Amino acid sequence: MMKPIKVLITKPGLDGHDRGAKVVAHYLRECGMEVIYTGLHKSSEDIVAQAREHKPDVIGLSIMSGAYLPLAEKLMAKLKEENLAHTPVIVGGVIRSEDIPALKSLGVAGVFPSGSRLADIEKLIANICHRDS
Amino acid sequence: MAKQSESRPFPLSSGIPVKPVYTPEDTKDLDYHHDLGDPGQYPFTRGIHPLMYRARPWTMRQYAGFGTARETNERFKYLIAHGQNALNVAFDLPTQLGLDSDDPLAYGEVGRVGMAVDTLNDMEEAFQGIPLDAISSSLTINAPAAVFIAMYAVVAEKQGVPLDKVAGTPQNDILKEYIGRGAWVFPAKPSLRLIGDTIEYCTRHMPRYNPVSVCGYHIRESGANPAQEMAYAFAIALTYLQLGVDRGLPIDSFAGRISFNFNVFGKLFEEVAKFRAGRRLWARLVKQRFGAKEPRSMWMRMLAGGGGRGLTKEEPENNIVRGAYYALAGVLGGCQTMALCCYDEAYTIPTAKAQLISLRTMQILADEVGLTDTVDPLAGSYFIEALTDHMEKKILEYMDEVDKAGGIVSAIETGVIQRQLARQAYEEEKRIISGELIKIGVNKYRQSAEEPKVELHPHSMENESYQVARLRKVKAERDEAKVEKALAQLRQAAQGEENLMPTIMDAVRVYASLGEITRVLKEVFGEFNEPTEL
Repeated sequence: MMKPIKVLITKPGLDGHDRGAKVVAHYLRECGMEVIYTGLHKSSEDIVAQAREHKPDVIGLSIMSGAYLPLAEKLMAKLKEENLAHTPVIVGGVIRSEDIPALKSLGVAGVFPSGSRLADIEKLIANICHRDS
Repeated sequence: MAKQSESRPFPLSSGIPVKPVYTPEDTKDLDYHHDLGDPGQYPFTRGIHPLMYRARPWTMRQYAGFGTARETNERFKYLIAHGQNALNVAFDLPTQLGLDSDDPLAYGEVGRVGMAVDTLNDMEEAFQGIPLDAISSSLTINAPAAVFIAMYAVVAEKQGVPLDKVAGTPQNDILKEYIGRGAWVFPAKPSLRLIGDTIEYCTRHMPRYNPVSVCGYHIRESGANPAQEMAYAFAIALTYLQLGVDRGLPIDSFAGRISFNFNVFGKLFEEVAKFRAGRRLWARLVKQRFGAKEPRSMWMRMLAGGGGRGLTKEEPENNIVRGAYYALAGVLGGCQTMALCCYDEAYTIPTAKAQLISLRTMQILADEVGLTDTVDPLAGSYFIEALTDHMEKKILEYMDEVDKAGGIVSAIETGVIQRQLARQAYEEEKRIISGELIKIGVNKYRQSAEEPKVELHPHSMENESYQVARLRKVKAERDEAKVEKALAQLRQAAQGEENLMPTIMDAVRVYASLGEITRVLKEVFGEFNEPTEL
């Protein structure tokens, strides 16, 4: 049997609204993925440490505060610095559509503004892990 | 067809079934004086005041604050000029977590979702020209609330307003932050000590100040149903009342100053019944468990907040209509204060125009449609009274569950409640996907996926450098020796058992920063260990 896809779901920055992150975590788990949820207020350093420990196939960031550009920029740089840039990062939350290209240009593999469909998140993760259903 | 509509359960989100028709049979056990009472009379089911909105409309308090203290001060004055009679202050996330704007963890978040506060200087600027004895302010601040009560008191001092005239309400409800919203810093035990300190200090020195506003609102946003929202909020509020009693305060000296902040969205009659049932139950709990004698102590005074959970990103203008129905439910439910989420909040914090529409929604309800002409107009309805009874029983059931889980503090520390609510949030999402839970414009009558054009509140990263420069200037101009002394005294006080409010006020007065004060407390108290299991 193939090993399940492992997803690290995290809350970078200071925003404490975790309803969305937990809904996505439950959904991906129900889709058969292994999900690790880090909890709130994670710095780039915290996330890198968790990524080292758990070796996820994908890192999912949930950001509701609007600070997604500075936070993603900082994290992507840190991942590169720590030779973890091969782990794809996806971002969800309150995101303005005009900022999606900027997020993508930072190397973010997928962007899911609020209102996105859960099935689309699962599909993209399966895709980037080459497990197209 | 007829048969189908009869057999469909039509359940409310609290799990209460709704019958097609209610008759006198459904209220035959209702005893008017025992269960309802006239408005203003125990158990206050019909309202806490005899004349309610005939005497005075509810307080309109839109949540506002962004960027710097100067910008926020301008928005406050804009809202006051348009007839808002109280303030509701939003702080940015670094401030809510007790971090200064120059903290590396604050990067990108300064002034984004509220105003940035580093020192007393920012609070002085935010309230410049706003008399603190005439305009009451809610402060949406929790983990570092003690510091903000201190700052607010010192601003009043400087305005020449005596402490016993200062009116206002910080949230100061840390237990709900652990359940939802997540702006926690310290572990539960020292956090509760701080809340006890603020209750004690305000009761003795700031009698018009409401030290705590218990928030069911955010618990509901996290996934609770209406009955759970009330049950968990009451369990939390009882914990805070006990803190005051443990300090030796007579219950009637402070219970009347504990208020509530509840959510309102979803099924209108369920919301109205929730508020009426909650009012009755809270009065009984305070009277029976604490022996309160003053009616005021038994009042469930509340803000009704038109809930973000009900609003949609799709077709955002529909949220204006939703907000009006939520406001209607809040008024029929007898709220004292109201704030409505604005139509554009699925995108970002609201523009001035969006806030004005929310304010106008409330003003139209207050002045145009006759809603305030008579008190508790739904009383005596077979449906509403039966539902109010049912709701009270449901709330009590959930409170019993909390007791069985070892009490609210333990249930929060172990994450039992958080896990339950996250599961419910997921179940709700599935019901929206399946179309069982209807959201107009989302899963019914959905239009093209084209993104609507919405004018959005702008954010500037320049605020961050401005705020950091401002903090550096204050630090350069203050008396460093006094700051060090005040922080050392704070550390010593925190290690002991005395009330921390006087030492926090001393530190604030000499312009010790929020980050410096919080760091001292973190070193003594430690940080909350979040249960992250799903």
